[in-house]
Amino acid sequence: MARRSATRPAVVERQADGSPAPTRRGVLGAGAALGASGLVAPAVGTAQQNSEPADPPPSMLPVRLSLNGEVRALTLDSRTTLLDALREHLKLFGAKKGCDHGQCGACTVLIDGRRINSCLTLAVMHEGQAITSVEGLGSPEHLHPMQAAFLEHDGFQCGYCTPGQICSAVGMLEESRAGWPSLVTADLTAAPALDDAEIRERMSGNICRCAAYPNIRAAIGAVAGRAA
Amino acid sequence: MKAFSYERASSPQGAASAAASHPNAKFIAGGTNLLDLMKVEVETPNHLIDVNRLKLDAITDTPEGGLSVGALVRNSDLAADPRVRNRYGVLSRALLAGASGQLRNKATTGGNLLQRTRCYYFYDVTKPCNKREPGSGCSAIDGFNRIHAVVGASPKCIATHPSDMAVAMLALGASVQTVSPDGSARTIPIAAFHRLPGNTPERDTNLEPGELITSVTLPPPPPGVQVYRKVRDRASYAFAVVSVAAIVDRRGGAITSARLAFGGLAHKPWRVPAAEQALAGAPAATASYNAAADLVLAGARGYGFNDFKIPLTRRTLASVVGEAAQAPPARA
Repeated sequence: MARRSATRPAVVERQADGSPAPTRRGVLGAGAALGASGLVAPAVGTAQQNSEPADPPPSMLPVRLSLNGEVRALTLDSRTTLLDALREHLKLFGAKKGCDHGQCGACTVLIDGRRINSCLTLAVMHEGQAITSVEGLGSPEHLHPMQAAFLEHDGFQCGYCTPGQICSAVGMLEESRAGWPSLVTADLTAAPALDDAEIRERMSGNICRCAAYPNIRAAIGAVAGRAA
Repeated sequence: MKAFSYERASSPQGAASAAASHPNAKFIAGGTNLLDLMKVEVETPNHLIDVNRLKLDAITDTPEGGLSVGALVRNSDLAADPRVRNRYGVLSRALLAGASGQLRNKATTGGNLLQRTRCYYFYDVTKPCNKREPGSGCSAIDGFNRIHAVVGASPKCIATHPSDMAVAMLALGASVQTVSPDGSARTIPIAAFHRLPGNTPERDTNLEPGELITSVTLPPPPPGVQVYRKVRDRASYAFAVVSVAAIVDRRGGAITSARLAFGGLAHKPWRVPAAEQALAGAPAATASYNAAADLVLAGARGYGFNDFKIPLTRRTLASVVGEAAQAPPARA
């Protein structure tokens, strides 16, 4: 089965014709070039006959993203996830590709202040919305309070999940301030207090394979306490 | 992922008619399940119709005293709505038991109903699966079938429906409103929305091609205590092995009415009216719960790795109904 994937958009950028991967079009183009040089033209026909039915051609779309306060204009294959747009096209490597299936949370960013998995959404779906990645939360000189708290409480070991943890924690605190309940909230009709059990449940969408969870909860709890 | 063309719908009927004019189109709302499946090429639409900008994101009171939930209301917004928390606690709890905070911020009411099964073999394009590729066979029946159905299955498919939200909505007697490509609207009781696999496991629901969910209506909440219990392999962020949505009312030591819906048991959320009738008027006691469980599990069979679901369902039912029957008659 032809495995073309928008998960490799670096390839997109290398293709002169905008196609996303070593596609049939790319193969045919290469074959035609070889044919023109008088070498192996028959290979083109062979490749065509052995292939599966043609996939639809890539659909390239103009996409304007409002990212960390700046509008960025891109031309993207419709398949490009928001995560790939950030990492591969805008060269912002804060949001991480962990599982690419919404299971690990390493790609978490904020859309209009709400945390989402950027791997499970298409960039083109987010025109007109305010996208905040970890790079937009703070800078090395002016850390966001959550970033500072992760440093202070040693809320990481390898650091791979950390940008997602921090974006998720920032979004989670807003949800808590808005009075949203969680699964462990005893009384659905009361505003929940953000204790350790609440933080644990609300952050369950962010996996840390180094298991820095106690320190992550401490960091988040410290920011939540200061904000309360 | 296969390539696809993309359009943004500007009206519900426009979206439905666009779907009708593209034979291999899909609607995309939250996209959290669809894009996951497109990445592994289980879903291969060649056209996506983005319905996110349709104004279907309101929760409004109905004249009957219920709620109308727009199809694009996010799972997190529905769970946090004060009316849902006060009057439909079982729904709020079911939503909060599902997925993660990030996914609930994306996932929509309509999309949650249309989630596809989490059967491992459905996801694995190298294995036969009648749901993914009709006629290719079922790898789960003789395979690793720990998460699979024990009631309502067929020799073609033993997949389960993964939704928590839909289980609570079934207990609440919700209905699903749709618009068709010709502009006509219809209402489908949620009990008739999802299908059993039979000979056509490729069809999860009774929606027609191009039909778009526009809202879900919750009738006024029935009397009683509402409980949602989800049994799973870890405490958070996992699909149900077995789940129970219960609404139980009682007077003194007797149950006066009960509604029970189950997740993780079947190809669709599972509700057995005879079991609820058996509980009505019965004493709040273990014998009553066991008699109800017999009716819920009538004809149940395990396929090896999922045999444990049958006793687990019995025990969970007894625990949940017992908890509801002993709770103060206030709210969930």
